[in-house]
Amino acid sequence: MIQLEKDTFEAEVLKKEGLVLVDFWSDGCEPCKALMPHVVELSEEFGDKMTFAKLNTAKARRLAIKQKVLGLPTVIIYKDGEKLSELTKDDATKENIRKMITEAL
Amino acid sequence: MSKIYDVVIIGGGPAGLSAALYASRSKLSTLILEKTKMGGQIVTTEEVANYPGSLFEEGEMETSGPKLIGRMVKQAEHFGSERVMDGVVSVDFTGDIKKVTTISGAEYQGKTVIIATGAYSRKLGAPGEKELTGKGVSYCATCDADFFTDLEVFCVGAGYAAAEEAMYLTKFARKVTIVAREPEFTCAQSIADHVNAHPKVEVQFNTEITDMRGDGILEGCTFKSNITGETWDYEADEEDGTFGIFVFIGYIPATDAFKGHINLDQWGYIPTDEFMATNVPGVYAAGDLRPKELRQVITAASDGAVAATAVEKYIVEKFGH
Repeated sequence: MIQLEKDTFEAEVLKKEGLVLVDFWSDGCEPCKALMPHVVELSEEFGDKMTFAKLNTAKARRLAIKQKVLGLPTVIIYKDGEKLSELTKDDATKENIRKMITEAL
Repeated sequence: MSKIYDVVIIGGGPAGLSAALYASRSKLSTLILEKTKMGGQIVTTEEVANYPGSLFEEGEMETSGPKLIGRMVKQAEHFGSERVMDGVVSVDFTGDIKKVTTISGAEYQGKTVIIATGAYSRKLGAPGEKELTGKGVSYCATCDADFFTDLEVFCVGAGYAAAEEAMYLTKFARKVTIVAREPEFTCAQSIADHVNAHPKVEVQFNTEITDMRGDGILEGCTFKSNITGETWDYEADEEDGTFGIFVFIGYIPATDAFKGHINLDQWGYIPTDEFMATNVPGVYAAGDLRPKELRQVITAASDGAVAATAVEKYIVEKFGH
């Protein structure tokens, strides 16, 4: 999974053609850490059809807020730089994320 | 023929972990099934100051929720408890050997089951709340406080969680306003005193949030006084652009999977006797999902220990060894 930084987000996500899944997480967020291994598993399953990336919002707070992310965990699929679909908090389960991925493909 | 455990524990929070510790120390073959994260609700709490034996010292994280749970997990596994990260979707408690089926399709069998699935955050049920969850509305301060650095936040509730999370939020937010339907705090006095003394915290009792709104992120809400019936709107400061509403108004027992298999009370809690036994022999319940006055790590852990001890006696009586 690509590790995004606040200065690489634009190039890697907003200016990228195709599908990019971004897992927004942070150090203090335990539910995010519990979810991460599942997202990694999904990246192994679908990594050839979609780019998987993660962003530690503790170091990119303004950027997250600009993407309308004020709660963690949040997983967003971008298509050609635009938000296609997103899941947040309790809705961000492995099953729901898989569903969101297959619907995007 | 798959292994038949002495006890299958559904839920890896303090109740489940304490039960696992006591069961495995009694040489019972023990399996813990946990759906999302070990520790349950408490791992989203940075400081646990009221678990006996947790000495809180400034700057030290020894008493954090994750650290405390980490030690509990290590301890239970040290004595032989097994753990599988999977959620239970259906159960069969009709036979002497209980069966549980998980999300991944696996089936586990046990002579006994201890249900320790805990509870999840109650929502306000206000218009706009669901849409703005994760966009200004939150139920997890440790997850989301950072986003509201130097912004204003409201903290809804009058109990332990609301008071303690409000204190946590003062490290980030410019101002924390506690909003509660209740006329006063329902938590311990010492915590209420701390909250009242904090310069960043304002408290409004007898007040409810009736509506939340915003375009993609939280931008405004409406308050109502329960005493006068008066309502007033709050809009995010122009410079801020947004604000936070953190909701800590209690929990709902996570017992849906057991409906129809054991008795539940009208609110979904599992009634038990003093030994944590449900109405089905061989099935026990421990932790926040039981009807009780006090829901804390300590009472959950206590239930787990009592349940495990009862399980041991039951196994000897029923199966002879």
